[in-house]
Amino acid sequence: MALDVRPAPPGARAAPPSRRRRWRSRLSRLDMSLSPYLYISPFYLLFLVFGLFPLGYTFWVSLNHWEIIGGHEFIGLRNYERLLTDDQFWNAVGNTFAIFLIATIPQLVLALLLANALNRKMRAPTLFRMGVLLPLVTSVAAVAIVFTQIFGRDYGMANWFLHFFGVHSVDWQANKWSSWLAIATMVDWRWTGYNALIFLAGMQAIPRSLYEAAAIDGASRMKQFWRITVPLLRPTIVFVTIISTIGGLQLFTEPLLFNNGYMNGGSLRQSQTVAMYMFENAFQRFQYGYGSAVAWMLFLLILVFSLFNFLIIRRLAGGEK
Amino acid sequence: MRTVIARRAQRAVAGSARLWQASPLTYVVLIFGIALSAFPLYWMFVVATRTNDVVGAVPPPFVAGQHLGENMNRLFDNEQAHFAKALVNSAIASAVVAFSTVFFSSLAGFAFAKLRFRGRNALLLVIVATMMVPVQMGIIPLYMVMVHLHWTGKLQAVIVPFLVTGFGVFMMRQYASQAVPDELIEAARVDGASTFRIFWSVVLPALRPAASVLALFTFMQTWNEFIWPRAVLNPDNPTVQYSLALLNSAYFNDYTLMFAGTVVATVPLFIVFVVFGRQIIGGIMEGAVKA
Repeated sequence: MALDVRPAPPGARAAPPSRRRRWRSRLSRLDMSLSPYLYISPFYLLFLVFGLFPLGYTFWVSLNHWEIIGGHEFIGLRNYERLLTDDQFWNAVGNTFAIFLIATIPQLVLALLLANALNRKMRAPTLFRMGVLLPLVTSVAAVAIVFTQIFGRDYGMANWFLHFFGVHSVDWQANKWSSWLAIATMVDWRWTGYNALIFLAGMQAIPRSLYEAAAIDGASRMKQFWRITVPLLRPTIVFVTIISTIGGLQLFTEPLLFNNGYMNGGSLRQSQTVAMYMFENAFQRFQYGYGSAVAWMLFLLILVFSLFNFLIIRRLAGGEK
Repeated sequence: MRTVIARRAQRAVAGSARLWQASPLTYVVLIFGIALSAFPLYWMFVVATRTNDVVGAVPPPFVAGQHLGENMNRLFDNEQAHFAKALVNSAIASAVVAFSTVFFSSLAGFAFAKLRFRGRNALLLVIVATMMVPVQMGIIPLYMVMVHLHWTGKLQAVIVPFLVTGFGVFMMRQYASQAVPDELIEAARVDGASTFRIFWSVVLPALRPAASVLALFTFMQTWNEFIWPRAVLNPDNPTVQYSLALLNSAYFNDYTLMFAGTVVATVPLFIVFVVFGRQIIGGIMEGAVKA
């Protein structure tokens, strides 16, 4: 993302001294100097009021004991101290990471495979690309509702399918692992095709001559994939992983609807995510201060984990030297 | 000796060219993938056309029935979901946000790409930085702002904060810097056009491809927005996603009713996708777009 600093076009040339001309040139100079600020101002105004202010204010609120009725009192970092020993918070963190891992790892592998398949000469390539992207255009709540039904205990299609393999009536909502798996399936269904298209774009940028050279040296298809495609795709893999991290750690709609709209994520909080816990504190217990502390912790988690992912992937996809 | 190597090289290159052709296995993999993608959508439609008898059926039904109209009537007559109102709300919010995002992002993108002003790079960096901050971070104080403005429960609460995004500005800036030749702007200047005139008649037409992708994505994103409408709106004036969630918690046994709702909520996106699929794919693959 290099910023390009090309000079702007030269303005109107200095006008000859006639009164009307001078007036016009002054107007045009004003236009030239003020217009840019005018044009970019809507974003900054909006961001100031609805973005930056809330962000800073979240931090301030998080330093207070702040409930919907009554005043608020400054308590410093006590909300954060409480968070560190709050089992429900750590439970939510654990759930979020578990769902994230169960969803993301297979998703990246599947997306790579799909992209590799799409990266061939074929008939109707646009049709195939649209096909894998189809889940993305479904509305989120609709996906959640349909999959919740598929993962129903008594009449769900997943259980009907599993009974052929001798597995009987899994109560998907009731247990940690099963609810994580069901939610991860929803996420993967929705995002795998999208990530495959991003990988495909990255793959198309790899020069074919590299593969030809490898073929001359007798490298097999497998070897070409692991030694050429994956290492050269590293920037794209990093990008996709970070986007998935940001999205995955904020997971909210799918687990919420999977639990029929209950913020607690099931009676034992089996599938409550951090975002749900924040929401529960702020909008059901009306503890704005504590909810805001959760929000800041979530932000920190995302930041740290994105960095961590970045370092790991850079090492993994680098291949052995 | 040399000819042997050359021949081997030639064969290998020809072989690799053949390898780029899709094999039957490739088609099998892809068709399987697409079937998995499409099935839940198809199933959604099937259930929406049935009666609630299907709930316990073994095996589950895989063919559409004839009760779509009936289920639709029940959906729109339902007094708790306010589904018709929700559709109108979502349509208005998505259209306004998409239109305004494209307009203001193009304007700002043009300024960043083609105009010279003090602090340009620093201001652009601010925009890139805002793209990194997750939305949910600010949801609690944003809600408090809405309480102060007396906007809770009102549609503008889900529109105004999103009228222009940092992502939109950055995307249009990237596109404008390569799609609009400087000479064109210079020529218009020499002809005495004002800056806004240049934007309107020279730059905006050149930005059309990126603008349409941005509009499509913004529309889809706003249509799918859930956590914020759920927080700030009231159950009697919801958006589509919120209304679906209401149905889901109140009628979780009435599958045909819920599924009729999911079908209606998905149809507008589906139409957009079928008509503009090619542009959407182009937008994603240019790496310019994150959904």
